[in-house]
Amino acid sequence: MSAATKEGANTAPVKKSGDVILREIEAEYLRTDLPSFRVGDTVRISVRIQEGGKERLQAYEGTIIGERGSSTNRTITVRKIFQGIGVERVFMLHAPSIDSLTVTRRGMVRRAKLYYLRDRVGKRTRVKERIMTSGRS
Amino acid sequence: MAIGILGRKIGMTKIFSEGKAIPVTVIECGGCKVTQVKTQETDGYSAVQVGYGPVKEKALTKPEFGHLKKVEVDPLRHLQEFRANSVAEYTAGQDLSVSLFEAGQLVDVTGISIGRGFSGSQKRHNFRRGPMAHGSKNHRAPGSIGAGTTPGRVYPGKKMPGQLGNKKITVRKLHVVRVDAERGLLLVKGAVPGHKEALLRIVPATIVGAK
Repeated sequence: MSAATKEGANTAPVKKSGDVILREIEAEYLRTDLPSFRVGDTVRISVRIQEGGKERLQAYEGTIIGERGSSTNRTITVRKIFQGIGVERVFMLHAPSIDSLTVTRRGMVRRAKLYYLRDRVGKRTRVKERIMTSGRS
Repeated sequence: MAIGILGRKIGMTKIFSEGKAIPVTVIECGGCKVTQVKTQETDGYSAVQVGYGPVKEKALTKPEFGHLKKVEVDPLRHLQEFRANSVAEYTAGQDLSVSLFEAGQLVDVTGISIGRGFSGSQKRHNFRRGPMAHGSKNHRAPGSIGAGTTPGRVYPGKKMPGQLGNKKITVRKLHVVRVDAERGLLLVKGAVPGHKEALLRIVPATIVGAK
């Protein structure tokens, strides 16, 4: 295809694909300070909470039992046992309300969703620890 | 009354603003041009014709191409008019950008809704379905469409199966979340009619009761 067309190119300017534009916009809202984690890990999340005009941090620690979504829509479900009652909380990972997320324990699991933990009580709710060896993360 | 702008729907996403997650539709309005200014004297009414959507020259008819060539504008696919009381500030060939709008403003967005063809009463009017089992033969049928001998006819406007979508729809009073003049993008809270890449017409919101 020779580009030499008479009096100005008879071609429309290249339109940027819509998906590319969407990814670009989302990228501005993604946070880069998140550590890598997997389902089964125990994480400690501090959440910014507005209370009577004041802001404070609330910590929440538990096991990640599921992860869904991508980009700005990515969430994790964190389960813990609080006063003998199972509590599950869903966090929007890229939300500015999340102050920090740290992995306190790596878990070794063979499922993407650990919903089976909901039916277990006591010692059986534990997740086997993943020992970090070189070459594997 | 300020005029509006044309754009294409890019799609929806989620952004964060003031600590909250907001569902937004991204609209791309880059390259909008004033293609004609109509005045009371010349046309009997005042309006601004706006063009959007660069295309190849061969995509236009010769009259269309000539119309744009007269005002030295590259070939554009879509031309639409916006009525305005005062058009003195506009000249043909002028660029229009999304900076016409500002964050926090309310806008009306018009587009062609996604066509769903000839649809039944369940999909089209949210009718309930009949029982699926126990010998029922009435699954998705509309049911009774009215009384018998009196009135002896079906009332006009009765909800029945028919064409759904592919119709001009205006969604009113949408919140402008962000204006990105550099990339010609408009982020509007909520959904707008049409599929991706669909042509949209964005105007400042008409507020009923306002002067």
